[in-house]
Amino acid sequence: MKVLIIAEHKNGQLSEATRELFGLSLGQAEVHAVAVGENLKLLAGPLGQLGAAKVHLIGDPALASYTGESLGQALGQFIPQLAPDVVLAAHTPQGKDFAPRLATSLDAALATDCIQLSLAGAQVTARRPVYAGKATAEVEFTDDSLKVITVRPRTVKPPEPDATRSAEVAEVAVQLPGQKTALKEIIASENVRPDVTEAAIIVTGGRSLGSAENFSIIEDFADSIGAAVGSSRAAVDAGYRPYRDQVGQTGKVVSPQVYIACGVSGAIQHLAGMRTSKHIVAINTDPEAPIFQLADYGIVGDLFEVVPQLTEAAKNRNGS
Amino acid sequence: MNIFACIKQVPDTTTRIKLRGDGNGIDEADIQWIISPHDELAIEEALRLREQQPDSVVTVLSAGPERVTDSLRMALAMGADSAMRLDLPGDADSSMNARALAAAIGKLGSADIVFTGKEAIDDGAAAVGQVLAVLLDMPCVTVVNGINYADGAITCRRDVGGGSIEVIETQLPAVVAAQVGLNEPRYATALNIIRAKKKPVDTLTADELGVTEANRKTRLKNFELPPPKQPCQIIEGAPADQAKELIHVLTSEIQAI
Ligand SMILES: Cc1cc2nc3c(=O)[nH]c(=O)nc-3n(C[C@H](O)[C@H](O)[C@H](O)COP(=O)(O)OP(=O)(O)OC[C@H]3O[C@@H](n4cnc5c(N)ncnc54)[C@H](O)[C@@H]3O)c2cc1C
Ligand SMILES: Nc1ncnc2c1ncn2[C@@H]1O[C@H](COP(=O)(O)O)[C@@H](O)[C@H]1O
Repeated sequence: MKVLIIAEHKNGQLSEATRELFGLSLGQAEVHAVAVGENLKLLAGPLGQLGAAKVHLIGDPALASYTGESLGQALGQFIPQLAPDVVLAAHTPQGKDFAPRLATSLDAALATDCIQLSLAGAQVTARRPVYAGKATAEVEFTDDSLKVITVRPRTVKPPEPDATRSAEVAEVAVQLPGQKTALKEIIASENVRPDVTEAAIIVTGGRSLGSAENFSIIEDFADSIGAAVGSSRAAVDAGYRPYRDQVGQTGKVVSPQVYIACGVSGAIQHLAGMRTSKHIVAINTDPEAPIFQLADYGIVGDLFEVVPQLTEAAKNRNGS
Repeated sequence: MNIFACIKQVPDTTTRIKLRGDGNGIDEADIQWIISPHDELAIEEALRLREQQPDSVVTVLSAGPERVTDSLRMALAMGADSAMRLDLPGDADSSMNARALAAAIGKLGSADIVFTGKEAIDDGAAAVGQVLAVLLDMPCVTVVNGINYADGAITCRRDVGGGSIEVIETQLPAVVAAQVGLNEPRYATALNIIRAKKKPVDTLTADELGVTEANRKTRLKNFELPPPKQPCQIIEGAPADQAKELIHVLTSEIQAI
């Protein structure tokens, strides 16, 4: 079996979600990786150390910044030449955007947002969440066409790079016909904390914070443990937090290692966004709050008293 | 303009999911069905565009069994001009659903713009809009939370995560997948809901659309409910002690920090 991993990268660095793809159970598969963009040479080393036998670089100034259209064109030309059995990408904003188009233009089967994947012999087994994580289902591939699969970030740990390994490197040229879309501008966020979809730990505050200013106690705690700050919709609607922080059915879907909900009741639409977190902690004055049904650890108490103490304890955790 | 909105009918989020006896799907008996939340934004954006552009028509499409007619009627009550059901089984995959939508748009005249939601909350695949765009040979802009309309082109703001925004210009016709923030969907008034009950919702059969099981690429099976949760461990004590204990859990037991 031949597997192609599509490498996402920024400023010459592989994304964490791409590194994780090498940690999946790929069996005895022959692993290839492809990177698309500009100045790609630096990526070949790390991709080889993670386990790629061959790295294909599609470098072209016209591909310097991502658009779903240009990436689709480039990969759509390259992939039939390589003829892999499985194409893997991370289920990141980029992966979500291009993978379905790529699958369609290659007449491939598509399985997105998988949380389990294993390849054994010619067998591909994938499982994905359905109904906002209330259940999971196995994806049966009904024919033996190419499979394009995206994997949810933080599904597995990336392997340790093996410095003794290196990949064969091939440069690939593609023709890019006229584009119908053009990237005009990227308005970068001024957010200094990790994004909720990428963070290993999220500290979320709810309506009970009462004001945007009061969220500083959530921010201080998050900063003390390197976490992202999340928000319930009620806190977003009240103007305490920007929409980008909203977790839930109409916000972001997250699966961090630890999710700490402070003054969040645990409405079903909120749970829809964080149900698959590995460990859930709830801090709430109301012992009957539904969030405790999902939580692994709970503190029944006033967040205005407990959270500042958590920040203190976190800062002192190394005995300093 | 010829404006389309594609909507999927999904179980209301508050529904408790029960599995079917054979484990290959859910028990649909007590489900309350709704329009998937992002698809309401797609309908709303279609209606707003019609208000800006004289001589525009908004057609709402939904692929699914008989039950989806109710959701199409709700779209009519919001103000859509016409609604069409594409008769596919409820477990059709992205490939079948998108093929049906593409065929219907082909039959109903060429589209100037097609709105979808960024993802449906049942399968959460976030795929059908992009698949449809490729089948229609149109560009596609996903997770859009703002649009400026110009002649023959649109400029979209895309939410690419971490609070960053991409500004993309695209030629029309195009497929646009709506993200929260794009607009606030209007409510259908009770009167319009009653009026919509009398409006026709036509059906195109799978045959007429040329979609068969042979277009299926995937099928979901062996559904599982998450394992029952261990009861929550409540940390007792004064706030300072509770805090110390929780940080101990995070550092030593979970080893997350
Ligand atoms: C279609 C739809 C989509 C939605 N999408 C989302 C979504 O994406 N995300 C989302 O979050 N919600 C969503 N909602 C809203 C959701 O139903 C809830 O209204 C919302 O999650 C409640 O937010 P909250 O927990 O902050 O507020 P509340 O429900 O008001 O809960 C506040 C909690 O704080 C506790 N509390 C109060 N004071 C303190 C204190 N001093 N210390 C500790 N605890 C305290 C209370 O006991 C209570 O449990 C959606 C709703 C609908 C209808
Ligand atoms: N059966 C369907 N009928 C009409 N539109 C659909 C259907 N399935 C998906 N869509 C559209 O495609 C979007 C993405 O769906 P999904 O790929 O299932 O997450 C939805 O928000 C809808 O706008």
